[in-house]
Amino acid sequence: MALIELSGIERVFTLGDSAVHALANLDLSIEAGEYVAVMGASGSGKSTLLNLLGLLDRPDAGIYRLEGRDVTTLTADEQARVRRERIGFVFQSFHLVPRLTAAENVALPLMLAGIEPAERTRRVGKALEDFGLTNRADHRPDQLSGGQRQRVAIARATIMQPAVLLADEPTGNLDRATGEEVVRLLEMLNATGVTLIMVTHDAALGSHARRRIVMQDGRKISDD
Amino acid sequence: MTPLDTLRFATRAATGYPLRTFLMVLAMSIGVAAVVVLTALGDGARRYVINEFSSLGSSLVIVLPGRSETGGFNPVNAVTSTPRDLTVEDAQALVRAPAVLRTAPLTVGTSEAVYNGKLRDVTIVGTTPDYLKLRRMDLAQGRFLPAEEPNAAVAVIGAKIQSELFGIESAIGKVLRIGDRRVRVIGVLASTGQGLGMNADEVVILPVAVSLAMFNSNTLFRILVEAKERALIEPAKTQVEAILKTRHDGELDVTVITQDSVLATFDRILGTLTYGVAGIAAISLAVAGILVMNVMLVAVTQRTGEIGLLKALGAEGAAIRNAFLAEAALLSAAGAVTGYLLGQAGAFALRTAIKVLPAYPPDWAVAAALGTALVTGLLFGVMPANRAARLDPVQALMKH
Repeated sequence: MALIELSGIERVFTLGDSAVHALANLDLSIEAGEYVAVMGASGSGKSTLLNLLGLLDRPDAGIYRLEGRDVTTLTADEQARVRRERIGFVFQSFHLVPRLTAAENVALPLMLAGIEPAERTRRVGKALEDFGLTNRADHRPDQLSGGQRQRVAIARATIMQPAVLLADEPTGNLDRATGEEVVRLLEMLNATGVTLIMVTHDAALGSHARRRIVMQDGRKISDD
Repeated sequence: MTPLDTLRFATRAATGYPLRTFLMVLAMSIGVAAVVVLTALGDGARRYVINEFSSLGSSLVIVLPGRSETGGFNPVNAVTSTPRDLTVEDAQALVRAPAVLRTAPLTVGTSEAVYNGKLRDVTIVGTTPDYLKLRRMDLAQGRFLPAEEPNAAVAVIGAKIQSELFGIESAIGKVLRIGDRRVRVIGVLASTGQGLGMNADEVVILPVAVSLAMFNSNTLFRILVEAKERALIEPAKTQVEAILKTRHDGELDVTVITQDSVLATFDRILGTLTYGVAGIAAISLAVAGILVMNVMLVAVTQRTGEIGLLKALGAEGAAIRNAFLAEAALLSAAGAVTGYLLGQAGAFALRTAIKVLPAYPPDWAVAAALGTALVTGLLFGVMPANRAARLDPVQALMKH
């Protein structure tokens, strides 16, 4: 059984009186533990695909099975629970809460899941240690470098031990050296068994992945 | 998300924007403080009046010339037409009523008092010797009006008249000119302060006959009647009415009021006034409530990216709604508590500035102000919180 199975997915946006097919009749199957790069020009539908995989958006037609379960028919709150437990997000602009410290940002998913404070502190402490952020635990995002911010974001995305890690241009706001460091970190996590799906338009970054999906006008034009 | 976490998250959000939070708390606290201070003022006035009437003596019945048709008392029928004079003889006749202990006729007028070139406006009270006991007054020096000589040109003066006209010199035995008459001072009242709109420290008391002659009048201003005890106030009132009706050719042309009815009326008037000012002050609370809504709507817009993130991290709609509601409640609660403290400080300042005014806010007003602040804060927080909970995560995440 594939971890992710999309069949006949359609996503149509209406802009004025014209309909834009962001995703058209898309079939896709991703196994657990894969490392997939989704590539394509802007407007090719790669971000829409990522939002859909992350249950942030619903398809207009088609079926999405995550771990064998049809998740397109779930209510908004049920989808929220699936996101919380099975999916981790890494964004281009980090998306840290500016008034919270690094440790508090990492603890957010645990807090939302209602895990008790003692357990939270233990898990956050371990995560910060794994990502080399222990001495930055009490710093707010504006006191951190770009690389440190993205590491905090990755620690937050993985703290619930999700099945899938969705990364949207994770190196887009970083310089080359820091970007490579972040990619190495994501690949290390993939090596421990987390499925990694990364959206990028950077061919060099895409070449790291074991599988590359190229999108154009809402369609998959190559998959190898 | 546990309630404790929701509260902690909302607290961090509130303290994360200190200026906004300060202004919001200020607005809410002004509303609450206004209610507390204004009701303290209104209720203080009510208590002040009640205390004043209580200082008259507890078993007093007051006779006014003229008839008012209503049973109660209001300031309008205090000014009544006088078809028949209320006389000193009427006052003496009332002592025969079994429930009556003593009576005192009362005339009131103003005139100038002159001593040794010093001139002062004074209130002239004309009465009889029983007035002293009836009003529970004390003498500082000398003696009160003599019972044996009802027409003697003598005067008893208030403490303030003594100090302003005579200074440290004793007034006893001195001759005081009042209008065009000369009277000999035989006594000085002990200082008492205010009493029924008439400062007892600023009066000159003359025998009633002298006073009536001075103002060229036959009718009394009031007859004060003291019942033998508090329980006999109503019988005393009935008996007074019966005696005066007989003396006035079978027509009841006087109004007899008891202190209780006067008190009840003032209590009602000033109580209503207090509710009125509380209502006006409550408008500022409603305004503060709308301000909470505005601030929270801005917060939702400001933190759209954060809301999107929380949704991506798996926050359910309820968790986000509760976080924003908790923030609105926190802001209102902080405003309510600050306002309560400010209001109490304001009431304390009022009491310090105006010593005679017992300006304590009534409990109901404090409870209503705090309650209204919290309820409006929460109520006006619902709409922004729902808006936050309904945000589309994809759209929200793009705004960062």
